[in-house]
Amino acid sequence: MARSEQEILEGLAEIVNEETGLEAEEVQMDKSFTEDLDIDSLSMMTIVVNAEDKFGVRIPDDEVKNLTHVKDAVSYIANNQG
Amino acid sequence: MSTSPTLSAPTTLRHARILGLGGYRPERVVTNEEVLQFIDSSDEWIRQRSGIVTRRIAREDESVVDMAEAASLQALERAGLEPGQVDAILMATVTHPLQTPAAAPILADRLGIEDPAAMDLSAACAGYCYAISLANDMVRAGSADTVLVVGVEKLSDFTDKHDRGSAFIFGDGAGAAVVGVSDRPGIGPTVWGSLGERADAITQRESWTDLRPDMEAAGREAGIAWPAFVMQGQTVFRWAVFSMAPVALQAVEAAGITPSDLGAFVPHQANMRITDAMVKALELPAHVPVARDIAETGNTSAASIPLAMSRMLDEGEAQHGALALQIGFGAGLVYAAQVVEMP
Repeated sequence: MARSEQEILEGLAEIVNEETGLEAEEVQMDKSFTEDLDIDSLSMMTIVVNAEDKFGVRIPDDEVKNLTHVKDAVSYIANNQG
Repeated sequence: MSTSPTLSAPTTLRHARILGLGGYRPERVVTNEEVLQFIDSSDEWIRQRSGIVTRRIAREDESVVDMAEAASLQALERAGLEPGQVDAILMATVTHPLQTPAAAPILADRLGIEDPAAMDLSAACAGYCYAISLANDMVRAGSADTVLVVGVEKLSDFTDKHDRGSAFIFGDGAGAAVVGVSDRPGIGPTVWGSLGERADAITQRESWTDLRPDMEAAGREAGIAWPAFVMQGQTVFRWAVFSMAPVALQAVEAAGITPSDLGAFVPHQANMRITDAMVKALELPAHVPVARDIAETGNTSAASIPLAMSRMLDEGEAQHGALALQIGFGAGLVYAAQVVEMP
């Protein structure tokens, strides 16, 4: 069953929290992963892989650089979820 | 640990033999007359001293991998095997023009062989026999069932056309052998050795490091970069952590032990973040010490695991006789993991 964007956001926030210790509430749609959340490229990769497992999507390495904001990741997952 | 666990290992040896041979000679035939454009000699002189009448030279755009591919396909066909049945590739060459990645994994990809053990071997003109010896041991002991051995050189890339002593000697070509399980011994014991004190008898004229000061400066002006290592950090990180953790666990399982039997985890010291993430992905028991030599040594590639293990033993962080899980991974991309008893 397809998840809503809100559900994806919540799931993603949990993953970010686990990787970085950042409060889940901080993870909002308009936040930039690097600028606002201070997530570096390697943490981002870990988040991506955990998101793949959680949401059953494949996020190619080349795609990761396009996911600059939380909303980009949420919509990519929403559009590609299995 | 009160009782030390025993590592699994095959107890019986199999036989191995060469199942098929293949070869590839480049199309272009180079006569002694052509060689003589650049050296002061004669056809007769060359024939008298070398017996060489013609040699084959690869096209400029033809690589060692291209030649190896053609030879391998023929060897596999003659062995009656599909590329997919190969589980290890040993490529003996000294003219693959990159120090890394090796040519063998690139050949594997060309042939559509998925995830074989794949490495290059540097033993010059003895390389093929060295590789056959290793392939024989691998098949006999059970670390591989079918090994593709390739000897390939594009010597023309490293030949000085003006050197009277060598210009007429070298040619380009590839030969391949498929070594597999046999009902009888097909490869006898290898007698091998080396005489390092004569290393200068056949050598490259200059080493890369001798050339670097001049070439790097000239290259910069010409917009050509020194062939330094580069990597895609994020891609490597992802592969190293999330694909290598399962490999490490497989090695533990294959050794017939469990992670709690380990007295150390010694991953290749690639990056502390990779180590941290790998430890997490492995769900390693907290009592297993993890090598973190990278903090003071950096990433030393193939040297990193023995360096890190030595430090752990020297500093008493790991115990002599205990079991260590070690895993190496890098450009190729290639990887290998095993459990070893620490000396």
